[in-house]
Amino acid sequence: MHEYSIVTALIEQCETLGAENQAKAITRVEVKIGMLSGVEPALLSQAFETFKLDGICANAQFNMQIQPLVLQCHQCGQTSEQTERTIICSHCQSNNTQIIDGEDMMLMQLEMDT
Amino acid sequence: MCQDCGCSMTHDHHHDSLHTNPQLNDKKTLSVIHKILDKNDVEAQHNRDHFEKNGICAFNLMSSPGSGKTTLLEHLVDQTDMKYAVIEGDLETSRDADRLIAKGINAYQIQTGSACHLDAFMVHGALHHVELEPLDICFVENVGNLVCPASYDVGTHKNIVLLSIPEGDDKIEKYPVMFRRADLVLITKSDLQQHFDFSVESAKAQLAKLNPDVQVMSISVKEPQSLQPLVDWLATQQAGLKQQLAEQA
Ligand SMILES: Nc1nc2c(ncn2[C@@H]2O[C@H](COP(=O)(O)OP(=O)(O)OP(=O)(O)O)[C@@H](O)[C@H]2O)c(=O)[nH]1
Ligand SMILES: [Mg+2]
Ligand SMILES: [Zn+2]
Ligand SMILES: [Zn+2]
Ligand SMILES: [Zn+2]
Repeated sequence: MHEYSIVTALIEQCETLGAENQAKAITRVEVKIGMLSGVEPALLSQAFETFKLDGICANAQFNMQIQPLVLQCHQCGQTSEQTERTIICSHCQSNNTQIIDGEDMMLMQLEMDT
Repeated sequence: MCQDCGCSMTHDHHHDSLHTNPQLNDKKTLSVIHKILDKNDVEAQHNRDHFEKNGICAFNLMSSPGSGKTTLLEHLVDQTDMKYAVIEGDLETSRDADRLIAKGINAYQIQTGSACHLDAFMVHGALHHVELEPLDICFVENVGNLVCPASYDVGTHKNIVLLSIPEGDDKIEKYPVMFRRADLVLITKSDLQQHFDFSVESAKAQLAKLNPDVQVMSISVKEPQSLQPLVDWLATQQAGLKQQLAEQA
């Protein structure tokens, strides 16, 4: 259940950004969760609802965008989106690819009452 | 482009952009794009600096409980002249560190309590209890868990993931994030091969779909010569880091 530690880090970030922008409250938190980030979205959202209670995010809506894998192929030069956990290029079947999205957990956007 | 999508092509210093929503003029939308584990990553880099100042290549050992991490570290000392220390992570007890200390290996135990993984801050705390100067390499034995440790950079240079024969070759598909992040996969307890249906070939086929550059080795502590390729690999990583550091200097 490292989702709890991740939410703790996320809420800390929200607190800092809220204070920097003189927010009275944060009303919406948008995150992007990569398919291969190692985070279980349901657990993350449950952890957020548990931890947000007494802080700037108390009434915040939590929106997750699940990011499929995006591969850049070094063989055929094309990019492809994968909903399966594979790094094989769907255009040319090469494994000489780079994952350019889908491995990270990012805070994307905050909506604040100021 | 990276401002809009937050893909990994992005680089660090984004300026947060603020939009005031014209309909609701007391609401502000702030586009940020920060890695959620940003702070951990900064601390991890700090740990790497500690290692590198001492010319040490560090390895993060990860696997499910009981795959043979501590046993490997107990036996490795007989196979290599490289000096190493071990930072041990466990939920409870200092048994693993005690086992290593009994073999004359410098080990420091972190008890994580309820945390199912090590993070860079915990490893940093331990680093200041380990005499780094005389070391060539350093191991961090993570908490036995194939899920949570995969999300945390602890400030090591390479990830070694162990998978023991009795666990089954399907674990790669079931825990793709962990195996994706491995630089080396050790198939351990290979002396038990005859008793289990573990197929090394199908393990390799799964890895090829997820992590084609990874190295795979089969080892057993019952067959000390099986550790030789691992010893060579560790030495190669260490030499590679040293060269990289010399070029930067
Ligand atoms: N047959 C056989 N048994 C092994 C081998 N390596 C380890 N074991 C056994 O596997 C069991 C677990 O080994 P540990 O080294 O404690 O495993 P670990 O990964 O450190 O476990 P945690 O720290 O609890 O996650 C012990 O009983 C070891 O003796 C091996 O190569 N062959
Ligand atoms: Mg152990
Ligand atoms: Zn966990
Ligand atoms: Zn291609
Ligand atoms: Zn320090």
